[in-house]
Amino acid sequence: MKLRLNKIMRVWQLYILLSLPILYIIIFKYVPMYGAQIAFRDFTVSKGMWGSEWVGLKHFIRFIHSYEFGKIIKNTLILNLYNLLAGFPFPLLLALGLNYVRVRWFKKTVQMVTYAPHFISTVVMVGMLFELLDTRNGIVNNLLGLVGIQPINFMGNPDFFKSMFVWSGIWQSAGFSCIIYLAALSSVDPSLHEAALIDGASQRQRMWHIDLPSILPVAIILLILSMGSMLDVGFEKVFLMQNPLNLRTSEVIDTYVYKVGLVSQAMNYSYSAAIGLFKSIVGFILIITVNQIARKTNQASLW
Amino acid sequence: MNNFKMKMNFSDRMFTFTIYVLLSLFFLMILYPLIFILSASISDPSAVVAGKVWLWPVKPTFMGYEAVFKHKLIGSGFLNSIYYTLFGTAINIFMTLLAAYPLSRRDLYGKNVIMFLFVFTTMFSGGLIPGYLLVKDLNMLNTVWAMVLPGALSVWNVIITRTFFQTSLPIELLEAAQIDGCNDFKFVWKIVIPLSGPIIAVITLYYAVDHWNQYFNAMIYLNKQSMYPLQIVLRNILIQNDVNALMLTDIENAAQRDALRVLLKYSLIVVSTLPLMLVYPFVQKHFVKGVMIGSLKG
Repeated sequence: MKLRLNKIMRVWQLYILLSLPILYIIIFKYVPMYGAQIAFRDFTVSKGMWGSEWVGLKHFIRFIHSYEFGKIIKNTLILNLYNLLAGFPFPLLLALGLNYVRVRWFKKTVQMVTYAPHFISTVVMVGMLFELLDTRNGIVNNLLGLVGIQPINFMGNPDFFKSMFVWSGIWQSAGFSCIIYLAALSSVDPSLHEAALIDGASQRQRMWHIDLPSILPVAIILLILSMGSMLDVGFEKVFLMQNPLNLRTSEVIDTYVYKVGLVSQAMNYSYSAAIGLFKSIVGFILIITVNQIARKTNQASLW
Repeated sequence: MNNFKMKMNFSDRMFTFTIYVLLSLFFLMILYPLIFILSASISDPSAVVAGKVWLWPVKPTFMGYEAVFKHKLIGSGFLNSIYYTLFGTAINIFMTLLAAYPLSRRDLYGKNVIMFLFVFTTMFSGGLIPGYLLVKDLNMLNTVWAMVLPGALSVWNVIITRTFFQTSLPIELLEAAQIDGCNDFKFVWKIVIPLSGPIIAVITLYYAVDHWNQYFNAMIYLNKQSMYPLQIVLRNILIQNDVNALMLTDIENAAQRDALRVLLKYSLIVVSTLPLMLVYPFVQKHFVKGVMIGSLKG
């Protein structure tokens, strides 16, 4: 006991430093977690958060039985899986390619330009999509017109929504995401390449048998880990790209929570909070599971 | 492998050639939309609408930019965004350093518990509604605090910063300072902060870009037009197509007005993105460094 007190007293100044951040975390992170209990109550403004009646799992059951449930879950999962799998190879290939470029200015220029879209805000990114894909005067439809294809209403067609979301995401982030692979490639032992050269390996063989295996573990860990956050990729962008015409394929959990809770006429905090909590819990289980898998496969994990 | 010269046979040459071609294609795919938007923004509105702009500007004019700068909300949005970004980032840096340094110390009693307290929040959250109700109950709606306090600290950046401290501040430094009678406050102020220039640069950039590009908090926490950050103004114009008729009053013809509206959007995209794009090449290496530090132990 005395020893413990001693240990604490010796670094008391560190606790003072930590006090503000901890206060922040408690107020802005843990208080809302505690506040999530309104998901089990019937929240009314007059009775406040603590006076409202307990209703148990009513809101969860309502959500699971609701007409929207299947559609939203399906959209959320498909959008994120599509996003993960389609987005996965591009940064990898880009890094492998850049690693073999020996002309410095070329490498620098490609890196500079491909990283740049990362800094475009979501709002501007979606605004660009709207302009470039516009039915009447967007450049894409103009180009299609040249080869005799009728203008396509990309934004209004629910079948295009997921692809546009995913491929614009690749355009925007493939460059920046390749940095981590370049870092992994730069730590490949040069003697491996020297040995391979002496044995007469071609460049293609060296890429295939040395570079690829050395970054694949990183890539797979990243892929597995990103599966853990599968329920919450890109809410801001989905929300901006959404319109009444493509709602069938664009409604995901987060946008639905927002609409039910903060936009709709009959604001229903409790119902919305229940859906949000449902997502948090499923997401949490996913992260834990996925991290266990990652730990088993490669010793690397989030914590 | 850039260090050693190698004999290139035919198949290696072909391989290298293919790589260059593929990279160039990718490069052009990224570059083309950027160039197009820039060109469209300074082209004649009727040429833009008629689809005559392909790569280079047609009949250059700055009408779009004039319309942008005449728009009242864009100006105030810019100023608001700068304010929220500077203020918010200052709070972020302060809080991140306060959290990261103690957590990097091996002799901090209860370190794992505190660390868990932080990391747990990245995996589980109360959700949108409880967060909103909290901000509302704290009476922060429609104040600058709603823009800077809910995200005052990012746990990921704390982890990156802590990793930096652990790897680049030798324990001997602390021991020597302690022998000389330096306490922890002084040590942070006189030694840690002066030595952490690179990491402060990295997290400043991360936080600042986040603030600048952020719109969702503003959308739910603010409803006064005069407080809107740029991104909200952009959203109203670019995505909800809410181009205030007032600012295009001097044009009689409806078709011309339509065309100018399209032009205005291109110009707006350029105006709002250009500040980051101009700064970014100079700070690119810091971002790269951030990713590297993060990958040490993410």
